[in-house]
Amino acid sequence: MAPYIGTATSRVDGVAKVTGAAKYAAEFNTPGLVYGSIVTSTIAKGWIKRVDGSAAMRVKGVIDVLSHEHRPPMADDDKAYADEVAPLGSPFRPLYDNRVMFSRQPIALVVAETSEIARFGESLVRVEYEVEAPVTDLNRERDAAVPVKPPTNPFEALFTPPKPRGAPERALAAAAMRHEAEYCTPIEHHNPMELYAATVIYHADGKLTLYDKTQGVQNIQRYVCSVFGMKPEDVRVMSPFVGGAFGNGLRPNFEIVLAVLAARALRRSVRVVLTRPQMYALGYRPAMIQRIGLGATTDGTLDAITHDAITVTSEYEDYYRQETGWSGLLYTCANAKYAHKLAKLDLPTACDMRCPSAATGVYALECAMDELAVALKADPLELRLRCYSERDQNNNRPFGSKALRECYRQGAQAFGWDKRNPEPRSMRDGADLVGWGMATGVWDAFQAPITVRIALSANGHAEVACATSDIGTGTRTIMAQVAADMLGLPLDHISINLGDSNLPQSPVEGGSWIAVSVSNGIATTAASIRDELLRLAKQIPNSPLAATAPGEVALIDGKLADKGDVSRAISISDAMRQGGVERIEQEKTTNPSADAARAHNTHSAVFAEVKVDEQLGVIRVTRVVSAVAAGRILNTKTAGSQVLGSVVWGIGMALHEETLIDHRFGRVMNANIAEYHMPVNADVHDIKVIFVDEPDDSNPLGIKGVGEIGIVGVAAAIANAVYHATGKRVRDLPITLDKLSP
Amino acid sequence: MINTPVDTKDTEFPISRQPTHSELVARGVTLPIAAGLSSRAAAPPSIGSASPEVVSVSLTVNGTLHALMLDTRTTILDLLREHLDLTGTKKGCDQGQCGACTVLIDGRRVNSCLTFAVMYDGAQITTIEGLATKGTLHPLQQAFIDHDAFQCGYCTPGQICSAVGLISEGRAKTADDIRELMSGNLCRCGAYGNILAAIAQAMRRA
Ligand code: FES
Ligand code: FES
Repeated sequence: MAPYIGTATSRVDGVAKVTGAAKYAAEFNTPGLVYGSIVTSTIAKGWIKRVDGSAAMRVKGVIDVLSHEHRPPMADDDKAYADEVAPLGSPFRPLYDNRVMFSRQPIALVVAETSEIARFGESLVRVEYEVEAPVTDLNRERDAAVPVKPPTNPFEALFTPPKPRGAPERALAAAAMRHEAEYCTPIEHHNPMELYAATVIYHADGKLTLYDKTQGVQNIQRYVCSVFGMKPEDVRVMSPFVGGAFGNGLRPNFEIVLAVLAARALRRSVRVVLTRPQMYALGYRPAMIQRIGLGATTDGTLDAITHDAITVTSEYEDYYRQETGWSGLLYTCANAKYAHKLAKLDLPTACDMRCPSAATGVYALECAMDELAVALKADPLELRLRCYSERDQNNNRPFGSKALRECYRQGAQAFGWDKRNPEPRSMRDGADLVGWGMATGVWDAFQAPITVRIALSANGHAEVACATSDIGTGTRTIMAQVAADMLGLPLDHISINLGDSNLPQSPVEGGSWIAVSVSNGIATTAASIRDELLRLAKQIPNSPLAATAPGEVALIDGKLADKGDVSRAISISDAMRQGGVERIEQEKTTNPSADAARAHNTHSAVFAEVKVDEQLGVIRVTRVVSAVAAGRILNTKTAGSQVLGSVVWGIGMALHEETLIDHRFGRVMNANIAEYHMPVNADVHDIKVIFVDEPDDSNPLGIKGVGEIGIVGVAAAIANAVYHATGKRVRDLPITLDKLSP
Repeated sequence: MINTPVDTKDTEFPISRQPTHSELVARGVTLPIAAGLSSRAAAPPSIGSASPEVVSVSLTVNGTLHALMLDTRTTILDLLREHLDLTGTKKGCDQGQCGACTVLIDGRRVNSCLTFAVMYDGAQITTIEGLATKGTLHPLQQAFIDHDAFQCGYCTPGQICSAVGLISEGRAKTADDIRELMSGNLCRCGAYGNILAAIAQAMRRA
């Protein structure tokens, strides 16, 4: 049997997804289910004076109107609301009190027998406010921004700027070539296609089964237990399918609180589905202003990097990620310094969104590098190669592996970079100006502790269980591939159980750490299954494996075999049946070996072609080549799709996406998915993904993860291509056609 | 909606629609916009009917006839998902912007979230659950799997139903035609290139 790892295996849940059998959070129906419709604030800041649900209550079928004035008890301390990935601060508590902290804040829930009645009832709820003037404009608040707090532990240190090195100011002032500029990126919203939803099944004994749209069922379970003072055995959270999340489902969102409140108030099963506009009251990618200074010698050796960022968060929580340090990690430079400030606005707290920090930080850096290349009259790719870092200078350590040079080489070749005329506006296709741009990408490779249970049956079928989510990335499929290879079984003999808080422990799915964590977790547990099989096999009279040591056997084609001599083998079913065992179950926790002596990163080289209509300024991204180095690729098909999707996100970031706020009211104006522009099919053309070989021994399977890396560098490559096409440098995203007009 | 500082209400009900801000201003109604206090308390007292209007509707869904008593406000999408437990059809926006709810009504692709059930008494509806025959996937379903034309799968039923409609319309001749005519179906996972490849494969074999 050929191995499954590394192949283009089709998704094991593909049939469920193309037939409509896959069920998402709002799709678990139960008799007597009632519906909650959320009333949200029309003001961004102030106090609720009164919630009047009387008109709604007169509608036949409306059961109750919950609000801070009328609801079951909830915890009253911040700690109870601080989930596994909460930033510093005081988390938002839905329907807790009369304070309004952002526009579209949930302030009441109308519960009714049908969704139509609930929605109608919602329209009848009257709210009186005392309004305060909101502050939501980053540009006006930038001077009031405060530096992020120094880290108090290694976890916080991940998010704060690295230590400076050398004498960056002096080096920048003395540099023969200098580029300094400011780059702006707007608020973006995740907008997964599935609306945030929770279905709470209320059991007669008061226990709850929750179906929630989340990237971490156990995070939700702990949160619900602490907010409502419930016992873990009374709360089960399930999320078998998730219709995209992209970071937005890492923290508990308010649909789950509202649905549980209603279920406990009414002792009934409840469904709460957010409307699309209400999803603009969830987290978002923070708007930011970044200032980059690059100093270089005339031959293109970097001598100074300064990278400052101001990012947006709420008044009540300090969300930030480390935007700035990528600069001094990606390029060799003796002098570097970073700074990060937070602007606290009357908005919900920002949150992780696909490749938080690198998507934006590297955008600014890679545009600045392009500008430096122009100033130096150097080829942009040449400049990157001259500044290539062989060590992580931020932490003075080597890389576990880094095949970025190979990304540059293979990417450039596939794209035809050597045919680029360096002169802006020099390349044309009919009425279109043609531009070619490139950029580098970088992200972290993390591994987290995880527990996996495997149950092997004597008929050669195995169940693999872990509480991780599959938010669409293909987790279920790679888990099946790894288990099949580790257990020596065909793929269709493996069943995967995930997205259930009752299953063995998993961290939230994010940061590109699940593939590496769960795959190595499966390998660990499979090894102990193998040991148990060997113990049974040795008990068989005249066992061919009598003298074989545990490290010398492997599971191949349904058999336990001596690796040195595979003819010495016993089938799984013989070993188990002769040992009188029908089922072997093992549950093991895998803790990553701390390897802080080396830096662990994924890299990419992105090449983009744009065509710009010279008269109208319409920009099309006609070609992208993304060459990615991310260790071992478990499934070239699903990983390829992840990178393709990330490139589409990069196109959106470069050209389309922007959440627009009317700052007089602190309210999002384009809170829908027609006026918040996302790429559609006609915006996406030829995208080629290359995975370069990158052997890595940081973990037994050499995996790094690909969920984030694909978006990094894409917006910069496109922005650089737009400059090359038009001669116009736009430093605030998205690059809409109005910004290209003279 | 009226009596808020600005006309920012996200949804409006098709029945008993309230006058908009500008309509009210035109009628000389003063809204409490200026002061620090805003209020919805001054809304007109009676609004719509306190009980839903229910009508009888008969529809054939995936070959099965359903005779139903429905709230006039029930969309085909909610009928499928909440009444018939056919949850394969997805709700991505409920306002005609994403195509996740695409079904085939009398052979044409339609955004079912924008379509009230009462408007289609007697219609034939095909949903994603009705495409496979006797355990054999529809060629588009198979092509979507072969080309990995999805990740999370949430837009997928809408994409596939839309592609069925597209192929029977017969208008798409080139890859760019397919891209254009499929642009009403958003995919936030960004599977567009693979969706195009899957549809092209199914068209070649059709
Ligand atoms: S749900 Fe109908 S178009 Fe979005
Ligand atoms: S597959 Fe996730 S939205 Fe299309």
